[in-house]
Amino acid sequence: MIQRRAVTTTLGVALIGLSGLVQAQQAQQAQEIYIPLVSKGFQHQFWQAVKSGAEQAAKDLKVKVSFEGPESESMVDKQIDMLSAALAKKPQAIGFAALDSQAAIPLLKKAQAAKIPVVAFDSGVDSDIPVTTTTTDNKAAAALAADKMAELIGKSGEVALVVHDQTSRTGVDRRDGFVNRIKSTYPNIKIVSVQYGGGDQLKSTEITKSILQASPNLKGIFGANEGSAIGVVNGVKEMKRSGKVVIIGYDSGKQQKNAIADGSMAGAITQNPVGMGYKTVEMAVKAIKGEKLPKVVDTGFFWYDKTNITDPKIAAVLYD
Amino acid sequence: MTTGDNPLTTPTATTAAATPDAPGFSLKARLFRPATRQKLLAFASLIALMVFFSFASPQFLQTDNLVSILQSTAVNGVLAIACTFVIITAGIDLSVGTLMTFCAVMAGVVLTYMGMPLALGIAAAIFFGALAGFVSGVLIAKLKIPPFIATLGMMMLLKGLSLVISGTKPIYFNDTPGFTAISQDSLIGDLIPSLPIPNAVLILFLVAVAASILLNRTILGRYTFALGSNEEAVRLSGVNTDFWKVVVYTVSGGICGIAGLLIASRLNSAQPALGQGYELDAIAAVVIGGTSLSGGTGTIVGTIIGAFIMSVLTNGLRILSVAQEWQTVITGVIIILAVYADILRRRSSSNKH
Repeated sequence: MIQRRAVTTTLGVALIGLSGLVQAQQAQQAQEIYIPLVSKGFQHQFWQAVKSGAEQAAKDLKVKVSFEGPESESMVDKQIDMLSAALAKKPQAIGFAALDSQAAIPLLKKAQAAKIPVVAFDSGVDSDIPVTTTTTDNKAAAALAADKMAELIGKSGEVALVVHDQTSRTGVDRRDGFVNRIKSTYPNIKIVSVQYGGGDQLKSTEITKSILQASPNLKGIFGANEGSAIGVVNGVKEMKRSGKVVIIGYDSGKQQKNAIADGSMAGAITQNPVGMGYKTVEMAVKAIKGEKLPKVVDTGFFWYDKTNITDPKIAAVLYD
Repeated sequence: MTTGDNPLTTPTATTAAATPDAPGFSLKARLFRPATRQKLLAFASLIALMVFFSFASPQFLQTDNLVSILQSTAVNGVLAIACTFVIITAGIDLSVGTLMTFCAVMAGVVLTYMGMPLALGIAAAIFFGALAGFVSGVLIAKLKIPPFIATLGMMMLLKGLSLVISGTKPIYFNDTPGFTAISQDSLIGDLIPSLPIPNAVLILFLVAVAASILLNRTILGRYTFALGSNEEAVRLSGVNTDFWKVVVYTVSGGICGIAGLLIASRLNSAQPALGQGYELDAIAAVVIGGTSLSGGTGTIVGTIIGAFIMSVLTNGLRILSVAQEWQTVITGVIIILAVYADILRRRSSSNKH
């Protein structure tokens, strides 16, 4: 009995000691500006690059940031819970990449009421609550991909798209940006198929193989995000159609960079995820200081291929 | 029906284990009954977690944060209740997550596409939930497809249907005033302003009470436990087990319909791509709550505590700004520990008797 009590007491003391430690640490942090970023994802290398940009800015501007996002881009409610926990920490500002604008409105209103400035990143929020939005113009970027595709296949023939998602903003914008440009500008190019693979490399591989099977004359495929693009490369390889099908990707990552270097992929669009993370934190700090901000901060996009992949300007925005 | 009317009245391991302390038992004996002790253990873990997080962060124990914990438990809690019924019959339901989404989409079709009144939208969600549950039940009971496979098929089928019916776009409920009130408003807060507990939580508790009554006080509950303990014996005693199995899956489906309403109301939209993965959270809550995957035992109270343990843990780790990859690791460890503690407890209580 005594022994048990001793154990309980030790545990209790340890627990209180531990929490005291955490509190002391938090008190120390209290003087520091804290900005949580709630993103759309967390596992993809793209989001890790946004995170690294945010951390770089945090270091430069001497603030503290945290970075969180749900496991998949369909988990709207999980993201809302994350935003809610972030607000509970009473931060000085918050960065938020909404999976669904409308769903987040009640919490954004709460942030507004608590005078916590919100910086939207990656995709906009249909509301005037965010003080600014740092984003890539995905439609324009995908249209550039369409122009490059047209150029590479000689402005005629069959092409297909492997897109990551039919409900998310980026999925819809990239698909529409590509499809609309082809339809409006290149009458001799026919889009034979638009398929969705959830950004999953394996699923996108299988999809690509079935598209190739169905269209023996296919001239090009656009993979609308990292996972999709790698799936396309794999699918084309497995069907032994390398060199006969022009592949255009999106974003970067080691595999995609290798594919471009060895010629199995013609080129890709890259956003500037590191810059996006950096700008988000920078804008948040400006908002805390009460500076006036532009409504949209375009973080830009670039076309890259074998010829410019090592160009320092491009290499800086690519991630592994 | 009183105890003893029917040989099936004490088919559960928990009740069976409780028989030794017959009438006249003291409060102490009652407290140390295995069934109660199991709930106490789970409840104690929940309290311990809350105490820890309260000490670790001053932001944890604030009304706002507690309210968001409650709110984040609502959907998983209701899904876990739906799962509890099925798991007690020694079955499993992998379709609860996508079924929830399907019900949300059907509510969207009725309310937004067809412009029907709110009550019909609510009825539609529950009806389609029950219908899908009924189909699962028939697949399992009549066609003898193992529950794991039948509901795996239903999971995919419903996910696909949600995307097809919604045209792969979220359906918004902007034209239905009052729809967001189902989940977001607070009736309790209107009465007691210092307690702004959202309606979603109220609904979770109402569903829990109703499910408890259904499970412990009705013939449906009795057969639910009986099916999980010894289906063959039940069949041999002349009960139409197929019928009752279909009923259990139908009830479970209807409860998923309620979860569909809660999530749609909270997001003011039916998100057709959401749902997969939610079944695993629900099953984890059920198991942490002490319901055995081999069937025959389980309580709704346990499931609710299990659901709260999961959301307190998730919220607390976020408040402490624990790196997200570690949050997942810790949650996994806690699930394993919780279930192992339960196994130890069972072993020690079965040794005693």
